[in-house]
Amino acid sequence: MPIQRRALLVAAAAGVLAAPRLARAQQGGGRLVILGGGFGGASAARFARDHHPDLEVTLVERSPRFTTCPYGNLVLAGRRDIESITFGYDRLAARGVRVVHQGATAVDAGRKRLRLADGAEIPYDKLIMSPGIDLRWGAVEGYDEAAATRMPHGWIPSQQPITVLQKQLEAMPEGGVFVMTIPDNPFRCPPGPYERISMVAEYLQRAKPRAKLIALDAKNGFSKQPLFQDAWAELYPDIVEWRGASEDGRVVRVNPAAMEVETEFGDKVKGDVVNVIPPQMAARIAREAGLANETGWCPVKPATMESALVPDIHVIGDACIAAPMPKSGFAANSHAKHAVACAAAALAGRAAPPATYFNTCYSHVGPDYGISIVGVYRGTPQRLEEVPGSGGISPRTAVLGERAAEHRRLEALYADGWYESITQDMFGIA
Amino acid sequence: MRKATILALTMLAMPAAAQERGLLLAGACQGCHGVSGGGSHGIPAIAATHRRAEFAAILRDFRENRREATVMGRIARGYSDEDIAALAAHYAARD
Ligand SMILES: Cc1cc2nc3c(=O)[nH]c(=O)nc-3n(C[C@H](O)[C@H](O)[C@H](O)COP(=O)(O)OP(=O)(O)OC[C@H]3O[C@@H](n4cnc5c(N)ncnc54)[C@H](O)[C@@H]3O)c2cc1C
Repeated sequence: MPIQRRALLVAAAAGVLAAPRLARAQQGGGRLVILGGGFGGASAARFARDHHPDLEVTLVERSPRFTTCPYGNLVLAGRRDIESITFGYDRLAARGVRVVHQGATAVDAGRKRLRLADGAEIPYDKLIMSPGIDLRWGAVEGYDEAAATRMPHGWIPSQQPITVLQKQLEAMPEGGVFVMTIPDNPFRCPPGPYERISMVAEYLQRAKPRAKLIALDAKNGFSKQPLFQDAWAELYPDIVEWRGASEDGRVVRVNPAAMEVETEFGDKVKGDVVNVIPPQMAARIAREAGLANETGWCPVKPATMESALVPDIHVIGDACIAAPMPKSGFAANSHAKHAVACAAAALAGRAAPPATYFNTCYSHVGPDYGISIVGVYRGTPQRLEEVPGSGGISPRTAVLGERAAEHRRLEALYADGWYESITQDMFGIA
Repeated sequence: MRKATILALTMLAMPAAAQERGLLLAGACQGCHGVSGGGSHGIPAIAATHRRAEFAAILRDFRENRREATVMGRIARGYSDEDIAALAAHYAARD
């Protein structure tokens, strides 16, 4: 969006926001403010604008453009370019969302205001927070922001574009070693590291067939594990080596100068490229607003996604504790729609609708080879639980028999369909 | 034509809560079938493609494992009969 138009939009937003709106809440409308324009926040803004015309919808997002994590692994594999996974907010603005491109610095929950970096304050009746994650610098000894330039994480696109890791991968010598370190649960996108292993292996096989990939994992099990391991054995048997915690896979220290990582029991592994996916927590604004507990993540009421700690605030997406749901973009989109419905109901004095949440996460593991995990969940005042008998992962190849190739091909195709649908939804494209 | 009018009238008569239930459940469908249910990338269109009873029968077939699926069986097994009815009302009512 041209700077001038953005400035106008922001100014318009500020003008409207300054006007008193006291009577609105009684009418069933009200001021819905959404922090974070990613998978949770953008989806919430879109859904609120489409289905709750009586709400004033303001979306606060620091960056003018959003690059998705999903499909970033395909950029690594050289299958996509970064522009094709980057989006702006003009379509949401055109649909009537007030988009404010500012960093939020604090939440004043007492006065129900969101404070912005430029000093402005945005009053809200209901606030939906979807600020995503921060990395826990130092949780792996030696892994700080400086180390991350030598050993990229590629896990938060607004802090480090995936192209940083991609350039290192391309520059890696023939017969080189790509080392990846993977954290314990919970973290953003449980299947993400394993899709990345697959996509890096696909690239290596094509471009540097003598290279190796060593993945060092702090866990013994992971999402879609049998499917990923079947695929690696089938597609990349000489490239991928995965070591879990029981094989001393937990990395506790890094030495960026030596391009070396060190495991719990002192094994040192050197890489030509080192991708460190460090432990994570809810983004700073959520922690500073008192929305997080001692785990660093934000507890919520499973029936409404309202904060368990601060009234009139919903916390959705990766920042919240929604286990057994994974921290995924699909889940954030599902939380978003339900949170908007609950916020609107509360403002109109109605009971919250029953809570059903969804997740479908596809992973690409090779050309025409996709796999998925599905979950359907219900939230009650007591708990969030998976509907018994539902969900689960794609069948293993041995089970599918001769239908396997077609099944994998379709899931890879459907993954592309999912990506297109969800980004069209979030950014108001269709 | 007459059917469509009757459907539209039943939609109007449907309690707001049931309509909202359909809308919220449809959020999951939209994730892959597109915001307005039009489908893409080999994912079939689901909006206004079937009458209500047919739509519900397809979902039940997925749930009961009577219809070959990649992901739909796993999803449909999370739905109650009421959920399926609400989804059928949501999508079939658009024709
Ligand atoms: C490699 C990888 C692959 C993935 N693949 C998939 C996949 O295939 N399917 C899937 O469903 N999920 C996938 N995910 C997970 C998905 O990216 C996340 O779950 C999703 O982004 C979470 O959404 P969110 O809204 O919580 O956070 P985000 O999408 O990160 O959005 C947070 C937004 O808040 C903004 N923000 C934060 N603080 C402030 C502030 N103080 N002021 C203003 N703005 C602020 C940020 O700029 C950001 O735009 C993947 C993740 C990774 C890393």
